[in-house]
Amino acid sequence: MSEVVPTATDIARRVRNRDLSAAEVTREHLDRISRIEPVIDAFLHVTADRAMDRARAVDAAIAAGKDVGRLAGVPVAIKDLLDIEGVPTTCGSRVLEGYRPPFTATVVERLEAAGAIVVGKTNMDEFAMGSSNENSAYKPTRNPWDVTRVPGGSSGGSAAAVAAGMVPLSLGSDTGGSIRQPAAFCGIVGLKPTYGRVSRYGLVAFASSLDQVGPFTRTIEDAALAASVLFGRDDRDATSAALEVPDFTAGDGGAAGLRIGVPWAFLEKGIDGAVLDAFRKSLAALESAGAKVVEVSLPHATHAIATYYIVATAEASSNLARYDGVRYGLRVDAGRDLRETYGRTRDRGFGAEVKRRIILGTFVLSSGYYDAYYLRAQKVRTLIRRDFEQVLATCDVVATPTTPSTAFRFGEKTADPLAMYLADIFTVPVNLAGNPGISIPCGFADGLPIGLQLIARTFDEASLFRAGRAYQELTDHHLRSPVMA
Amino acid sequence: MTKVTPETVEHVARLAQLSLTPEERGTFARQLDDILAYAASMQSLDTDGVEPMSHVSGAGTLREDAPVPSLDRETVMAQAPDGEAGLFRVPRVLGG
Repeated sequence: MSEVVPTATDIARRVRNRDLSAAEVTREHLDRISRIEPVIDAFLHVTADRAMDRARAVDAAIAAGKDVGRLAGVPVAIKDLLDIEGVPTTCGSRVLEGYRPPFTATVVERLEAAGAIVVGKTNMDEFAMGSSNENSAYKPTRNPWDVTRVPGGSSGGSAAAVAAGMVPLSLGSDTGGSIRQPAAFCGIVGLKPTYGRVSRYGLVAFASSLDQVGPFTRTIEDAALAASVLFGRDDRDATSAALEVPDFTAGDGGAAGLRIGVPWAFLEKGIDGAVLDAFRKSLAALESAGAKVVEVSLPHATHAIATYYIVATAEASSNLARYDGVRYGLRVDAGRDLRETYGRTRDRGFGAEVKRRIILGTFVLSSGYYDAYYLRAQKVRTLIRRDFEQVLATCDVVATPTTPSTAFRFGEKTADPLAMYLADIFTVPVNLAGNPGISIPCGFADGLPIGLQLIARTFDEASLFRAGRAYQELTDHHLRSPVMA
Repeated sequence: MTKVTPETVEHVARLAQLSLTPEERGTFARQLDDILAYAASMQSLDTDGVEPMSHVSGAGTLREDAPVPSLDRETVMAQAPDGEAGLFRVPRVLGG
């Protein structure tokens, strides 16, 4: 793009220094959204009036000499499965049509308490089930680098909004790669924090032992800033960890001495040549900065997709039982009895992928199949976790490409669910193990972005930022932006 | 491994309170069979003595079990497709 779109760090600094007002910044970004949105379709709702009110309140607080926080005036977009009181949450589904949550997600409260301005809710695959945004019940979001291609999923709207410069920061959720994969496809940074790092109060549940909320940004610096605001214990989410949150924005030693493990055997199959090339070059860049690259083994990672589609669908079948047309959202009355109302509401309310996963999840939990599928998958999950523990006992981070290919075309994988699932092969093991992972732009193939995934020990996001910061100092992939109208 | 038939899908759909068309039953049966055939590779692993992992240990602590105010009833009821006097109204549950 011709104009330089500022980062969250730049905006907050200028707003705090009274160099720029939050209202000006917000107005500029809302204008940009109305210009670009017709091409990209990243948003399900733009909350323009609410945003301008908030921005003026931030400016008033600054004028009154108050500390308005580390994200002062930063426009942010929120994936449409995080609740904001009074603003519709659809989760990309017809079944939540008309729902206006009576409470606000902790992560949104934290962003707003730090001075950020929510400008809207972003499109997603229905109930976060999908890798392309083609499963949204409302519309597909397009990839800003090539509008004939998918932005990735399930947080495709949040990724596209940042890539197109509509916001410098957005939130997504990642159950099997739903932050990292769209970050790779859209050429931006996407962080999946350690399981337990971020509160999930106000997040619509998909697979509760895997779901985690995280930020999309263009730079590591912005990701570190967002993490410093978002992370931390919340009494309203019992799975959130009561651990100290460091200030991740404080720079540190660079890549010198960093040990990077690469599971070459796991990477051999079905990966595009251009992706592998970019991956090798990014390792070489980190080596030139003093990192040591060693080969490691994740012997059970090849079973991760199978394990994931049993564990995640089992949990989803249970979590999605609540959509019954009684308490909120869509109701389709059949007239005869309650059971028929349930069936028709769910039949009309859910799309094909959601039904497929509910059926699979119910099947693997059902009598006669539980031991062979669900219990076995939970045991294999332990083996996958052990692989990461062993490797990360001697390495600081594990590196892989984020995805085996660049962004695919609309319709390319919709007929074959398994092919779509296999696109998540490098991200899914990380959710099963619970570790933090990040995707960083590491090159281009035919004009399409490629992502480098780094994985660290649980609760050691600092190593991801350390390696990422060193990498972005050496390269300029993150400075490239798609040409927007 | 088990062959997934349209009848299996219909049985499971009933457990999950989903009404499916015959066409959906056929498609899902075929696709589930593919997915489970893919998952069969897992069966070859030796998992004797391996603890099943239900969540990531180390994450989370329980808060003190003290009552705190919950959401206001009227606010919650305002979201219901059908309700009255603080109650949800639904079609007949029994009989008919």
